Amino acid sequence: MSAVLKPESSLSRRTFIATLAASGGLVVIGSATRILTAAEAEKYGADGMPHGTVDNPLVFISIGDDGLVTIAVHRSDMGQGVRTGMPLIVADELEADWSKVRVQQAPADEEKYGNQDTDGSRSTRHFIDPMRRCGAAARAMLEKAAADTWKVPVAEVHALNHEVVHEKTGRKLGYGALARKAAKLPVPAQGALTLKTADKFRYIGKEGTLLLDGEDIVTGKAQYGIDPWFEGMLFAVIARSPVLGGKIKHVDDAEAAKMPGVVKVMEMPPTVADAEFHTLAGVAVIASNTGAAIKARSALKIEWDDGANGGYDSDLYRAELEKAARSPGQVVRQDGDFDGAIAKAARKLEAEYYLPHIAHATMEPPSAVARIVDGKLEVWAPTQAPQVTRTDISKHLGIPFENVTVHVTLLGGGFGRKSKPDYATEAAVLSKAMGGRPVKVTWTRDDDLHHDYFHTVSVEHLQGGLDASGKVTSWLHRSVAPSIGSIFGADPKHELPFEMGMGLINLPYDIPNIRLENPEAAAHTRIGWFRSVSNVPHAFAVQSFVAELAAAAGKDHRDFLLDLIGASRLIDPGSQHDTWNYGESPKRYPVDTGRLRRVIETVTREAGWGSKHGLGLAAHYSFLSYTAVVAQVEVDKTGYLRIPRVDIAFDCGPVVNPDRVRSQLEGAVIMGVSLATLGEITFKRGRSQQDNFHQYRVTRMDTAPKDIRVHLLPATDWSMPLGGVGEPGLPPVAPALVNAIFAATGRRIRRMPIREQAGAVAG
Amino acid sequence: MDLTINDRTVQVTASDDTALLWVLRDLLGMTGTKFGCGMALCGACTVHVDGKPVRSCVLPVSAVVGKKVTTIEGVGTTATGHAVQEAWKQLNVPQCGYCQAGQIMSAAALLVDKPAPSDADIDAAMSGNICRCGTYTRIRAAIKQAAGKNS
Repeated sequence: MSAVLKPESSLSRRTFIATLAASGGLVVIGSATRILTAAEAEKYGADGMPHGTVDNPLVFISIGDDGLVTIAVHRSDMGQGVRTGMPLIVADELEADWSKVRVQQAPADEEKYGNQDTDGSRSTRHFIDPMRRCGAAARAMLEKAAADTWKVPVAEVHALNHEVVHEKTGRKLGYGALARKAAKLPVPAQGALTLKTADKFRYIGKEGTLLLDGEDIVTGKAQYGIDPWFEGMLFAVIARSPVLGGKIKHVDDAEAAKMPGVVKVMEMPPTVADAEFHTLAGVAVIASNTGAAIKARSALKIEWDDGANGGYDSDLYRAELEKAARSPGQVVRQDGDFDGAIAKAARKLEAEYYLPHIAHATMEPPSAVARIVDGKLEVWAPTQAPQVTRTDISKHLGIPFENVTVHVTLLGGGFGRKSKPDYATEAAVLSKAMGGRPVKVTWTRDDDLHHDYFHTVSVEHLQGGLDASGKVTSWLHRSVAPSIGSIFGADPKHELPFEMGMGLINLPYDIPNIRLENPEAAAHTRIGWFRSVSNVPHAFAVQSFVAELAAAAGKDHRDFLLDLIGASRLIDPGSQHDTWNYGESPKRYPVDTGRLRRVIETVTREAGWGSKHGLGLAAHYSFLSYTAVVAQVEVDKTGYLRIPRVDIAFDCGPVVNPDRVRSQLEGAVIMGVSLATLGEITFKRGRSQQDNFHQYRVTRMDTAPKDIRVHLLPATDWSMPLGGVGEPGLPPVAPALVNAIFAATGRRIRRMPIREQAGAVAG
Repeated sequence: MDLTINDRTVQVTASDDTALLWVLRDLLGMTGTKFGCGMALCGACTVHVDGKPVRSCVLPVSAVVGKKVTTIEGVGTTATGHAVQEAWKQLNVPQCGYCQAGQIMSAAALLVDKPAPSDADIDAAMSGNICRCGTYTRIRAAIKQAAGKNS
């Protein structure tokens, strides 16, 4: 009997929390039938997100008398370029002159702007249509205003590059001259709008767009969450419990309180029960500058009660995961008869892969500023989740929601860490304790590496059977990893549908006998979303194992992988028991194996597959996009690893800003190299053992691949739905790298990070 | 004490051992220089002292009395600094942009020292600056572009 998980079609990183609470945990039902209620079936994409979308031009666009167009961006920019991308979409439909476009960051207000959770690689895919409608509606209003002014039929005028033109008479009026009149007109109904055809796009899909924030960034004017500065501001750091769930037993702050610049030392108040993201127990030091606060914090003497996680040891935990991975677990997908088929296999293979905890280590550590004036709280925060930040602060401080303003700053890196705004709540709590004075909370790097919401740790156990011709006839994959669900209440101890839907359950291979299992794993530290999330361990294991099977079959890895994928076809995610599908409609977003094949064919052709030594391949479908990577490595006689070149082919459907898509992929390659070669957080006695970048090493300029070649396969058909961009570049990088090391040396690495396993790995 | 920052003299009251970074950011409100690690491991806080790149997070403020401090807010007044900033913009180097102030300060100092740096020179000068977004290939290209303008 096979089991499928309870359908939660529109699960997002936010809505699944409510679902979990409602169901009291993960519910497994013993039925192979996929059940969707009518309401669920309709709630896909942005409609399935809290507050959905808004397409009112009066909310997003303002035009001054001088003709300057200001476009509100309600999604957070953490480097993916959304503050350029969203205005670019609006400006195109608006027929605006790009040099006259400015951007303004929207505060947290989903009722007004629509959903603001900037995660899941979905800003562009969810908001391209509403933003196009905004621009087109504003354009129609400007045209109507001009036609009314000239007393001519609106059909006789058209907008062109920041002016409305009346062809017959040659009259023109600029947007600045028309703005006031246009703003008073009714907003046209959605059905009355004419969107541009793709051949008329001025900016969408075009090269050469400079970043709107480029000038501010290179001159130091750009404002991140760590940057707001006010006269009389105070600066805080917090000593937090080194073990998750730990409590303060005793604090001796006598020495710290006397140190220069120290204004106050205080215990953090207990977190509130219904917050999504809890503050941690700790002692705050508030001082006249951050340096003084850090020094005084080191003089605190705190005795901790470590609690239940005080014994967490990542080596012992790995052994525990391995044990679980070697025994049967909850079956989450079953096709055919794995046991029967593997018994008859001509050749059997078994392998286990390990991915340790990794930390986000955003270059801007978590940090925020808060102040309270007349009972109204303002916070400036680098947050991926503005509305959640506002809600959590309101709950923690007991300040009504309408009296909390969250100003979203630039994010100095996000990668999922800044979806969890515990640091913003801390700033609010401390400002309140200081009578509303502005307080900045800064997490030092050791705070960041000790108290992150870590990427999960996992053991992936795979077994495969080949027939006499070398074809894969049976496949078993047991994935064991603590779940992100553990931070929201009772630990589900199993991967949630959205975690399994990231490359485990939706295996797109043409294999007759498949069994996918998910044994239990309990969490002992905060587990959180990290760029690409569960796709990282799943793709590492699956793409490594495919290469191992190819080698066992004596076949070329590329040909073997293409055979495994099989013919070009559309797979209904429901047929794989994937009830999540990134929150998108299975009809609109089936898995397209033809597109997966094409990125593999492209990347291998471009990288010189078959004609060079030391090439490794991996391909992975995630976030509704298709990625394939070929890494080229050289390992010298001493075992020193170099990665001179990485090719990455990518199909995310239509592309809005090709430069930012390429930059995301370049970044994903380097982040992938970093986590594969160096990334590891270990635990002893419940404590993260890495304090700073000398222990949690990341890839630097000298060891990063110098030649990264991005091959975009952009769709020219704009009726095709968009895929994600920020995350899907990452998952295939690590397996491509270990496959390349195997090609170069014959050595198979199954444990990340690679570090010294290829010999003395650079780092 | 009196400090010279971006060719202006400013007065600050701070204990001698306060790191220059916190004087800039917290006492003077000059927040272009970034905090990243506090241990001179990541380069986000790089400024120039008498033209040389230093990590302001570990440099006591007393050490720069009588010296010229240049930060990201001031580096654009030099020909090299300006060329570097322009190349950064033209190649859309930044992703999140947070580390780029430090990257630009390191790159500008490199180009003053070596107007036509080799890849090895770039590696040596820039490997103290971490970028988590992974903009290294564009940083390298922008340094070369700025060097081309320089010569």
